[in-house]
Amino acid sequence: MAGSLTNILLLALLVFILVLVIRTRRLFPVVVLAGAYSLVSAAMFVNLDAVDVAFTEAAVGAGISTVLFLAAMAYLPGTEKEPPEARGLLHILPALIVCVVGGALLILAAVELPAIGDPNAPAHVHVAPRYLEESGSILHIPNVVTTVLASYRGFDTFGETVVVFTAGLGVLVLLAGRTRTALRRRKDADDADTGEGSDA
Amino acid sequence: MSAPVSVILDSWNYLVVICLMMGGLFIVISQNNLVKKLVGLAIFQTSVFLFYISVGKMAGGTAPILMKSGDAAYSNPLPHVLILTAIVVGVATTALGLALVLRINAAFGSIEDDEVLAMKAADGEPRGRRGEDDAEDQQ
Repeated sequence: MAGSLTNILLLALLVFILVLVIRTRRLFPVVVLAGAYSLVSAAMFVNLDAVDVAFTEAAVGAGISTVLFLAAMAYLPGTEKEPPEARGLLHILPALIVCVVGGALLILAAVELPAIGDPNAPAHVHVAPRYLEESGSILHIPNVVTTVLASYRGFDTFGETVVVFTAGLGVLVLLAGRTRTALRRRKDADDADTGEGSDA
Repeated sequence: MSAPVSVILDSWNYLVVICLMMGGLFIVISQNNLVKKLVGLAIFQTSVFLFYISVGKMAGGTAPILMKSGDAAYSNPLPHVLILTAIVVGVATTALGLALVLRINAAFGSIEDDEVLAMKAADGEPRGRRGEDDAEDQQ
């Protein structure tokens, strides 16, 4: 199952999009490619039986995330600066070493994991069977993911809501501060008459 | 452990997902542009989601929605729930990151981290926008 053709094609598509993201210098295509990456992941989630996750990834990861990026891009320079030629490969060498070494270690660990889809893997024999067998007769909700999310692990979901609320507060505080800074800068610019610094 | 080929096929998803994760990490470390760093972070995150969902996959299983007719094999619902939470939290962190980038751009007129660091080192406090950035912003 793990070797099914759809799976391999979608993973290849993800790798392709990743390479494009690394190589693209204009930020607008990068943001759109990130949205495409999320959408292809959503397709992979469907292929791996996670339909709820696929819905959420398509709506939130590919939708809202991309909209947020595009909204921010309206206020930001649209192109990445070219790195000076002299630095070349030396510039990315530390990152390359970290990623190759980290990836090699993770792969060493990953080949020891149970095969994908193995019914006797530890992940499938702990609490999951209980959720699948009991939740239908106790809570009468056919979708087990909903049951676990809202009932068995309701506190997790509450914590998630707190995190989202905190992040929302953080964004509001940051952006409100931005407006004040812009006003102050405009005033400074008027006072000092330096000209360019006040288009925000 | 059997022949290398079967090992690779058994954990094919894991191997590719690790490559994707490291690609995301590479973007975060090597690129100077802050928006691109955030995109790299999102790619890293999505790859971790793929890893979890791959762990939850059951051979011959279907989506964990109970069917009337008894004995179907279902994939593991627990990773799905964890990742649902993680996706929403991921968007929250992306929004916070973008707000920080907007703030940095307002203060320094640049979203390249080496330039911002150089400006901080040069005068120890934020400077206004420079002319060339203004020209690009207007487009």
